[in-house]
Amino acid sequence: MAVTTPFQRIGETVWEIPTSYKTGMRVPARIIATEKLLQSMDAAVVDQITNVATIPGIVGYAYCMPDGHSGYGFPIGGVAATDPSQGGVVSPGGIGFDINCGMRLVRTNLTLEEVQPRIEKLMDTLFQLVPAGVGSRGALKVDRQEFCEILEQGAPWCVRRRGLGWMEDLERTEEGGCLAGADAGKVSRKALDRGVDQVGTLGSGNHYLEVQVMRPENILDAKLAAAFGLSIPNQIVVMFHCGSRGFGHQVATDYLQLFLSVMEHKYSIKILDRELACAPLESPEGRDYFAAMKCALNMAFANRQVILHHVREAFERVFGKSAEDLGLHMVYDVSHNTAKLERHLWDGTERTLLVHRKGATRAFAPGMEDLPNVYRHVGQPVIIGGSMETGSYLLVGVPEGASTFFSTAHGSGRTMSRAKARKLYRGDKLRRDMEHRGIYIRAVSMAGLAEEAGGAYKNIDDVVEATTLAGISRPVVRFVPIGNIKG
Amino acid sequence: MPYRFVDHTADVAFELEGRSLEDLFLSAADATLATMVENPEDIVPRERKRLILESKEPDLLLLNFLQELIYYKDAESLFLRPSEVKISQTDDGWRLEGTLEGETIDPRRHRTLADVKAVTLHGLQVHPTPKGWCGFVLLDV
Repeated sequence: MAVTTPFQRIGETVWEIPTSYKTGMRVPARIIATEKLLQSMDAAVVDQITNVATIPGIVGYAYCMPDGHSGYGFPIGGVAATDPSQGGVVSPGGIGFDINCGMRLVRTNLTLEEVQPRIEKLMDTLFQLVPAGVGSRGALKVDRQEFCEILEQGAPWCVRRRGLGWMEDLERTEEGGCLAGADAGKVSRKALDRGVDQVGTLGSGNHYLEVQVMRPENILDAKLAAAFGLSIPNQIVVMFHCGSRGFGHQVATDYLQLFLSVMEHKYSIKILDRELACAPLESPEGRDYFAAMKCALNMAFANRQVILHHVREAFERVFGKSAEDLGLHMVYDVSHNTAKLERHLWDGTERTLLVHRKGATRAFAPGMEDLPNVYRHVGQPVIIGGSMETGSYLLVGVPEGASTFFSTAHGSGRTMSRAKARKLYRGDKLRRDMEHRGIYIRAVSMAGLAEEAGGAYKNIDDVVEATTLAGISRPVVRFVPIGNIKG
Repeated sequence: MPYRFVDHTADVAFELEGRSLEDLFLSAADATLATMVENPEDIVPRERKRLILESKEPDLLLLNFLQELIYYKDAESLFLRPSEVKISQTDDGWRLEGTLEGETIDPRRHRTLADVKAVTLHGLQVHPTPKGWCGFVLLDV
């Protein structure tokens, strides 16, 4: 995308599009990016983020994060806060179909030297225990009633009712793994049908489970890394990326259509893109969606909790010790497709705002109340996943992040279509090449693997550099993959 | 060409053409299945589901039709293809009656690709043309 009008450069990494750019914009739009990243963004990002700036009740700016690319309605990387007390809306497109798609990071006390000789067996065992791919079923069997309990109780249900994890896992999960106010009565039968057998499954596409190593030269802030339990040279960690599966996808589909049907005639809301369908949060439809969305948020937390349990099982089998002895403690779990009611100081006033983050991660600063006790003094861990060939980052929230309602990037962002990637890369060759480089892959689909080639994604280092320059998060550790599972 | 994939960075989009609305819908189903599995021709018709759908607009009818394929993929682990589709106009909009046939997803025989999450509203179109109908669909994968 050419870096010319309509941008006004505000700072090194802030590109503002004024309200005069498009009729109906209530606030300016701001793209947070280096010039290099901005040039690589597709032009549709400008159209989409300026459409977001038209939604009723929006406060401040419509933001796009450095890893932004075109989506539908919101761009991926879109952040928008609305004020419910001023008729602010909730927009399912500002959360995405995969509600609470997110990342979980788990540390171990193992080193590369201990794991490398057994990496194939470890990946084979993980592949066996963590279902992935189209149509896969979870090992956790629940009936309808239990599934509804999971929707309302989230990850805590898995730990308390089935012993699938440790109580400390809940403290290290955003929202304790459960948002209050979820109502299973607000979700459709189809959503329940799609989700009931999928708890504990990875999905496919850009969802994955990775075993990674923290090389000493990649520890960028040793003190902060130690605060997150990362202090062993060549320490092995596990990171995985997945969401609410078919359940969340159906909730989003159902409510998008409902909002479309009531938006104009009932609330006189006109929007520039049907995927921005919305309703006032303080409306029957808005409240129902919020209660259903929370079910999907909770289901995704439960999903990642069950996968964590399987990860611990796999390590126990391969290394012959308990997960406790192997130090398999959670670092954190973050959501990057969500909308949350949060208190923010804006224009000198503290307000309760509904912050939509679609392909963007919350990044609370040190001292903020919603952080777990163990991290309150250091700030919120932020997990940003790169491609399967390049690596990922752990970052931390910073006080200057108030400029974006404490939001930052979520991943690399694609630069190439899946079809083009399948033409350029062969899955089986990619797998062999990566094995020669020390990354052992197990994948359900070779064509799907080709779609996920590193060349199809932005450079994660560029994205993280941009978030640092913009003052919205700070890198702590870079991880390099040694094993990966894909659906 | 009944359907043609269009380059899209993160998701899957396709354009459609058909002499009749039924042809268009069948092509859209083929494109959706081709997104999920490399060899849809190897799906054996072991199970059958009847469908009756109604929508005010033909594009939303198409969305709901394709959503049925996505629903069964998750709810019953089935890959289904429409074997017959009949679409008619009603006083309130449009009605579709049809039959889907297929079988349980088997990774040993079905080379799976992307797990389609949903049919999006982005750019969703179904329009009459001088030669029949055309359409556009973007799937979230």
